Amino acid sequence: MRAFTYERAGDAAGAARAAARPGAKLIAGGTNLIDLMKLEIETPTHLVDVSRLPLAGIEPTPDGGLRIGAMATNTALAVHPQVRARYPVVAQAVLAGASGQLRNKATVGGNLLQRTRCGYFYDPAKPCNKREPGAGCAALEGFNRMHAILGASEACIATHPSDMAVGMTAVGGRVEPVDGEGRTRALPLSELHRLPGDTPQVETALAPGELITAVVLDPPPAGRQLYRKVRDRASYAFGLASVAVAGGQAALGAVAHRPWRATTAEAALAGGASPDEAAAAELAPAQGRGGNDFKIPLTRRLLAAALAGENA
Amino acid sequence: MQIRLTVNGEPRALEVDVRASLLDVLREGLALKGTKKGCDHGQCGACTVLVDGVRINSCLTLAVMHDGDAVTTIEGVGTPEALHPIQQAFLEQDAFQCGYCTPGQICSALGMLAEAAAGHPSHATADLLAPVELTEPEIRERMSGNLCRCSAYPQIVAAIRQAAEAA
Repeated sequence: MRAFTYERAGDAAGAARAAARPGAKLIAGGTNLIDLMKLEIETPTHLVDVSRLPLAGIEPTPDGGLRIGAMATNTALAVHPQVRARYPVVAQAVLAGASGQLRNKATVGGNLLQRTRCGYFYDPAKPCNKREPGAGCAALEGFNRMHAILGASEACIATHPSDMAVGMTAVGGRVEPVDGEGRTRALPLSELHRLPGDTPQVETALAPGELITAVVLDPPPAGRQLYRKVRDRASYAFGLASVAVAGGQAALGAVAHRPWRATTAEAALAGGASPDEAAAAELAPAQGRGGNDFKIPLTRRLLAAALAGENA
Repeated sequence: MQIRLTVNGEPRALEVDVRASLLDVLREGLALKGTKKGCDHGQCGACTVLVDGVRINSCLTLAVMHDGDAVTTIEGVGTPEALHPIQQAFLEQDAFQCGYCTPGQICSALGMLAEAAAGHPSHATADLLAPVELTEPEIRERMSGNLCRCSAYPQIVAAIRQAAEAA
């Protein structure tokens, strides 16, 4: 691991100021960042520890939504009575990811900002446009069975690995980043993560140093909620595909560079299409790269079954 | 950097490299070799310890981030003369072969049992609002962060079940 300096942040704006400096990074749970630092894929020269900031509260908002502090652990989120009762899709999504130990450490903000688990991103011996812009993408012609089928580019076919974010994306809401001046803005969850395009190294709409202080979920949409995930092991594995349904809203996971709100399927359903037809419409633009071709019918069936309310 | 930890009930003041994981500080700085380094990437669970009673992977956290925290390692669980009920259950159920993953399994089980007692649901819980019943599928799901390359899983599950039922 490369050398760095370390500070424990005193307040959110101060943390954002410190993290805006070149080479600086925020650290909260650290379960992804420290792993990447050991591999020298992440090489921050300064760490700003925000894990002790008092931003871990979870409380209802006046309009019936839920404000989740960015430093709440994944466990605290999944077990919160409000989340279990009113946002089961979010609780189920969190519980479908990682292990008990990791969920106890990982934070809500950090979960959103975790990096892809693309094997080529993790392998410094292989070209990766995300790690080294312009180097090329080894996954295009490589082992790509985990990779994106929607919204990918010739520069990058990596996926966003979060389960939690997929559940949240189906519900909808916003994140609230603060900058070094202490100014907080509202950024729709659907605009937080970017598609790769020609700049896969730019993964979010956050400015350098901006610190997510909270996720504010919309009031739960009317109707049932569920989260379904397909993976290579029964537990403790990243998804091949996942789907979250919240009323008439749906999102897909492990299929794109960001949590994928299934707006095409939602519109089709609202227009009277069957779940099968709606899922087919959502997956119509999907593109496989060989190893991940199977994910297209897999995701289509998973989405159709979830929209029909089946336990796929 | 100077940090203070309470380890197995004893206050300790330490000078640590900011890069040092909590795992390396426990093993190398405090010579508590019971906590094991398996993968060092949060994938195997051999390094599981309890921080303020909560199980975490000690390999994926920096020691400096735990200034002021209370850490429990396997050395703080039971004694050779008076084993903790989980340790006794591991012996009675023959829940290991090589034993390398065992300290992590036991610390993880302690954390897991506390989570279950607090009513935390898991991926195996059908009803998120119902009381937790530690069935075999529940124990397997909740312990999935701890790998055993000898594959003593049936005995590990039996040992945890025995300890849970006795508690």
